[in-house]
Amino acid sequence: MTLARFVRKNAFRNKRRTFLTILSIAFPLLLLSFLMSIWRAFFGDDLRSAQSNQRLITRHKVSLANLVPGYYRDKIRHIPGVTHVVNMNWFGGIYKDTTQKNFFARFGTDPEEFFDVYPELTIPPDQLEAWKKDRAGCVADAELAKKYGWKVGDRIVLQGDIYPIRLDLTLRGIFTAQLPNNSLYFNQKYVEEGVAFAKGQAGFFGIMVDSPQNVDRVSHAVDATFANAPEPTRTETEKAFGLSFVAMLGNVKAFILVISSAAVFTILLVSGNTIAMSIRERTREVAVLKTLGFTQRTILGLFIGEALAIAFIGGVLGTLIALVFLAGGTHAPQGAQMFLIALREWKFTAPTSWAVALLAGLLSSAIPAYGASRTGIVDGLRHIG
Amino acid sequence: MAIPISYNIRNMILRKRLTLMTALGIALTVTTTVFLMMLLAGMRKAFVSSGDPLNVLVLRKGSTSELAGGFTKDKLPILKELPGIAPDSHGQPMVSGEWVVVVALPRAGSEVNVTLRGMEQDGLELRSKKVKLVEGSWFRPGQREVVVSRSIHGRYGNTNVGDMIDFGKGPWKVTGIFDGGGSAYDSEIWTDVNQVASQFNRQNALGNAYLRAPDKPAADALKHRVADDQQLQLDGMLETEYYDKQTASGGGIRLMGYIVAFTMAIGSIFAAANTMYAAVAYRSREIATLRVIGFRRVSIVTSFLFESVLLALVGAAIGILLMLPFNGMSTSTSNQVTFSEVVFTMQITLSVVVTAVVFAIFMGFVGGVAPAWGAARREILAALRD
Repeated sequence: MTLARFVRKNAFRNKRRTFLTILSIAFPLLLLSFLMSIWRAFFGDDLRSAQSNQRLITRHKVSLANLVPGYYRDKIRHIPGVTHVVNMNWFGGIYKDTTQKNFFARFGTDPEEFFDVYPELTIPPDQLEAWKKDRAGCVADAELAKKYGWKVGDRIVLQGDIYPIRLDLTLRGIFTAQLPNNSLYFNQKYVEEGVAFAKGQAGFFGIMVDSPQNVDRVSHAVDATFANAPEPTRTETEKAFGLSFVAMLGNVKAFILVISSAAVFTILLVSGNTIAMSIRERTREVAVLKTLGFTQRTILGLFIGEALAIAFIGGVLGTLIALVFLAGGTHAPQGAQMFLIALREWKFTAPTSWAVALLAGLLSSAIPAYGASRTGIVDGLRHIG
Repeated sequence: MAIPISYNIRNMILRKRLTLMTALGIALTVTTTVFLMMLLAGMRKAFVSSGDPLNVLVLRKGSTSELAGGFTKDKLPILKELPGIAPDSHGQPMVSGEWVVVVALPRAGSEVNVTLRGMEQDGLELRSKKVKLVEGSWFRPGQREVVVSRSIHGRYGNTNVGDMIDFGKGPWKVTGIFDGGGSAYDSEIWTDVNQVASQFNRQNALGNAYLRAPDKPAADALKHRVADDQQLQLDGMLETEYYDKQTASGGGIRLMGYIVAFTMAIGSIFAAANTMYAAVAYRSREIATLRVIGFRRVSIVTSFLFESVLLALVGAAIGILLMLPFNGMSTSTSNQVTFSEVVFTMQITLSVVVTAVVFAIFMGFVGGVAPAWGAARREILAALRD
């Protein structure tokens, strides 16, 4: 019998216990791997489009809820390094009803330049032309269109809440993206024509910079241009802009850290507990093994190997369930994009989770296994379980 | 006949390491759950306790937040003429035209959005039950003066009485500090409505208005009177209703909390089951002996279930103790309607404790059922021979 086989036989000797231990390790690890993936989706280096690194967002210095004058757009356009700039207005509004199910992002923008600032969104040229020609036209993300069964030419009605206007839109195009953004865009002029106070106002500007090296310089130049204007601006990369939304949820980092560390400690406790139990039960066997000539080191290795095997199986199981959870999250009404990124991050966080599981197995088995391996033969044989 | 409880307790003490480690595992599950519940309880308090059911909030029709308001100023006198408004201390209808805007204040190297509320003098009066001045004096109309909430005072610089604080078009003098009693007002800075209007170039309009009703039926009537007036094109709602809607912004954290609690609980249930199986296995001869003496299977099942629940309760107690230091810690989230910071305090309320205990009992019970059943079912002779 090889040592590996011996470890395997021992690990599954008490099937029920092994099964329960694996499951009780798997669930905290599921949480760990799930949360780490989300963490990386929020704070990790970009898996977003390459263009995202070249894109800046300019908004009112005070907050997104304050609008900036629309004429800023032309001033921004003349800053060296800026290739395209487009106005973006959060519309809000109601599609069908106010339930979460019917919530998606709707922006008013300028069809002439929108797809130049967001080149990673691809749309058939004829559909783009049709959108540019129809002031009451709109374009939607392919995933979003699929969800509601929209086809080009369909009528979409949005009832305004921030803006007192009913938009009667016609879907002119459907764009696709590597990361679906589940958004709908229409011509902001439609809103401006119907709502006096919306005229000449932009929510924020999307700016395309000619090269990633110029991003910093352009961002400072934009803010310097409007530093003494009545409505000063704040310009940041699209990623920083996205993170400010995460920051709104509260201290997400601390939140994830607290839960993750609780999960890790739980794994330690659970596996330590079980391993201590099974080693104590086998005190007499250890004595027998020693009598047969097994060295202290081999016995230590046998026990630790067993713990590692159980912890690793638990880890793999946990990360696999996490994968299912993350995949499920991509169908959520909100935050689907975040889950899509998190899903891609899974392949990086899963091995980390396995390492955590192995480490927990090692730490929790080391002391009881060491104790068992040092027990004297006579004492061990006398031991009553 | 039931097996004495002391039997279980002594057994748990006998295997103290095993007991303690399992209890700690459950404790960690309880800790994370309590942590999340404290967050939610604090958040709910910040939103729900804010409203006064006698205050009627008036917004532009279709608007869902104070921030997205905006109606012309000439509507305010019409509102004041509406019947059923309580009189203020001068005998005038208690009505406050207001502006709510968001300003950025520096904190820890970045900027945080804080709610600035401009109000008329009646605004102070109709909130006097909730809000108390704790230091200094209220702002004076027509002056660049502000009063800050106690939690703003604790979280931002230049907010002592007499300090000058910088936002908008320049410095403002801090004249007082108020306590909003855990409500959403605790995240606000207050000043004169005209100051806000001129600061943000909105002199000809108002963001919203508050009307005070003398009693509950009058408040309901007033609310409908505002909403039904075709000429006004305004919407009325009770202040309590308004904040109820905003609580929904805690939805994401709540969902996350459920997922975390659920996942950790499943892990803990398996761990508890494991421990109880071991406890049963160690005692299989004892159990058989108990049966021989005449204890019935029901008593054995009950006894082991009880032991499992007891184990979980020890865990719950440790978990709650571990979270006590976090009680009263204040943190913040953002109001997703107004983009501004909402400060709230984490609180161990009675309902948090009760839920944690019930949650632990549930884990102990589910984890204990199968082992207890297994213990009772074993053949006496086979067990005695072990």
